Amino acid sequence: MSKQKPELLQGNEAIARGALAAGCRFFAGYPITPASEISEILGRRLPARGAAFIQMEDEIASLGACIGASLAGAKAMTATSGPGFSLMQENLGWACITETPLVLVNVMRAGPSTGMPTNPAQGDVQQARWGTHGDHPAIVLCPASVAQCFELTVRAFNLAERLRTPVIVLADEVVAHLREKVSLPAEDELEIIERRKPSVPPDWYVPFKTDGGLIPHLADLGDGYRYHVTGLVHDERGFPTRRPDEVEPFFRRLFGKIRRNFGELEQVLPMALDDAEVVLIAYGCTARAAQAAVRQARAAGMKLGLLQIVGLWPFPRRAVEKAVLGRRAVLVPELNMGQLSREVKRVAAGRARVVHHGRMDGQVITPDEILNRIREFF
Amino acid sequence: MPPVSRGVVHGWLRHDKKFPHVWCPGCGLGVLLGSLVRAMITLGLDKNNVALVAGIGCTGRLPVYVDVGSVHATHGRALTFATGVKLAKPELAVITVMGDGDATAIGGNHLIHAARRNMDLTAIIVNNQNYGMTGGQYSPTTPLGARASTATYGNIEPPLDISALCMAAGAGFVARSTVYHVTQLDDLLAQAISHRGFGVVEVLSPCHTNFGRQNKLGSQIDMMRAFKEQAVRVERWAKLDGARRAGRFPIGVLARRDEDTTYLEAYGAMVERAMAQGREGQS
Ligand SMILES: Cc1ncc(C[n+]2csc(CCOP(=O)(O)OP(=O)(O)O)c2C)c(N)n1
Ligand code: SF4
Repeated sequence: MSKQKPELLQGNEAIARGALAAGCRFFAGYPITPASEISEILGRRLPARGAAFIQMEDEIASLGACIGASLAGAKAMTATSGPGFSLMQENLGWACITETPLVLVNVMRAGPSTGMPTNPAQGDVQQARWGTHGDHPAIVLCPASVAQCFELTVRAFNLAERLRTPVIVLADEVVAHLREKVSLPAEDELEIIERRKPSVPPDWYVPFKTDGGLIPHLADLGDGYRYHVTGLVHDERGFPTRRPDEVEPFFRRLFGKIRRNFGELEQVLPMALDDAEVVLIAYGCTARAAQAAVRQARAAGMKLGLLQIVGLWPFPRRAVEKAVLGRRAVLVPELNMGQLSREVKRVAAGRARVVHHGRMDGQVITPDEILNRIREFF
Repeated sequence: MPPVSRGVVHGWLRHDKKFPHVWCPGCGLGVLLGSLVRAMITLGLDKNNVALVAGIGCTGRLPVYVDVGSVHATHGRALTFATGVKLAKPELAVITVMGDGDATAIGGNHLIHAARRNMDLTAIIVNNQNYGMTGGQYSPTTPLGARASTATYGNIEPPLDISALCMAAGAGFVARSTVYHVTQLDDLLAQAISHRGFGVVEVLSPCHTNFGRQNKLGSQIDMMRAFKEQAVRVERWAKLDGARRAGRFPIGVLARRDEDTTYLEAYGAMVERAMAQGREGQS
């Protein structure tokens, strides 16, 4: 892949650039630290491309506007942090049940509530999975570097458009405000996926009827296919239904389209795993500390490995299972009370020793801290 | 304007949707449905170029019956969804339909800001003075002293004047009518839809099953008759003194400014400035 010349970029800047590269034509947002730079950059660059940018009156409105824009055919994104993310949850569920593609960036900060606005935390792991009400699948991607901020934003748009679902980019304050030298791929080198449109004439069109692919070919509003979109459970024609023989298959398809693509969604980055006696499982900024800890441990003769989780939800259980079984111990460092470690424990199901290492004081976990902690296992 | 025939209206309804509709027999929402369709036909709108967006409530169910692109959004958020649709596809006529609870309670902030921006949308707000779908609780428009299922001892909150709120917030076109005054309603809806910028029509409609029953207002016919007696054309309203205004309300076009810059016009001008500055390449 050809690269552009190296630049010094911030994580939030890379997210904005990723969105533009992926073809984002609509952004609606409401200011919140530490995500505001994304709005500021897109507020400058989208109008200059003749595309839409709007600062809405709140986060509920922001996601609502993104949904409307997406229904009308635009690739749409919003960006927020924990408190705003909470406000978006109802509309997020609406986007799930109506299969509306969009990208929602949540740059985590310390909570609950207004918490510590400028301090890092990784406390929205479970909110990203279960925040909205009802049963629904979730796709959540976790960048750990500026380069990944770009890459995963592009990937989020591609997954959203292909699978027709909202996709969450779950970044954290450290990664979002980190500046790193990166060479972004040239825009014409990127694979950009466009949503599939119906090919049948409008008279034959049944909007939510799918072929074996499980993903409906939804027309954009105003494209001559006049159909109904509702947050109520709907039949294949898009009209509300409560018939058990229509409701059950609907939910099975909603989950099925994610399950069938699990192989592709399971995204992890192993580091020194093959012969590792102790394994770290980490994501976001904590994965960076873990990488350094692995390098230092190896230099000191300790067989430490790392499984970095990139695709957080659906949970990469196959990769995690492989990484944890037969090790002396598994340490999950994260900036919360154990939101990921409980998931790792669930997958390990008592077959491996899983230890949580949390920090909730608004400070990051350092490589030294991890090294001190793993000494007890060697 | 020549009357729109029933057959033509029929052609704009969705027959593959399992009629009959969800509304109580005699609810004013059926009248509004007909009126809205006639307004769109009179304006010569193309079905393919209309997006009808509603929130949740009895009123929110209206779009499902109309054969255009229709969206049943979340409670209170119709205007936000519509804002996205309009910005992404400005060539569409984007019309929102909301209940009074939908538009002024949970969605009150969105209403204020859509009006302030002069967003290029139409907002039809059905005022039945209560929350219909959830069983007749008091809403921001319930009159003082009226009973509701959450106001057993009479409502103690002064009601909101929807039209006055919209005018104060900056809407360029604000009108009020009732489902009794159908011919006027057809005309006002057409005016609001063709208005550049944010156009509002407040539509008084009887909810006899909830509000009417709890306040002993009689049948839907009685409630319609009350609209007939209480509504005063705005031209005549101006000449009424305070005493003769009591218990009555003005209907017709309450405010109209055609010279205002709409949001989309302002956005278009900004795009030109941004492109001239060549800011595209800089992050
Ligand atoms: C977030 C949220 N809160 C509450 C509800 C429950 N709810 C459904 S309809 C409705 C009231 C609708 O009243 P109004 O907007 O006045 O419309 P009407 O039914 O009277 O036409 C409420 C509160 C909901 N669906 N969503
Ligand atoms: S509850 Fe009231 S508003 Fe709802 S359909 Fe019945 S009469 Fe109409």
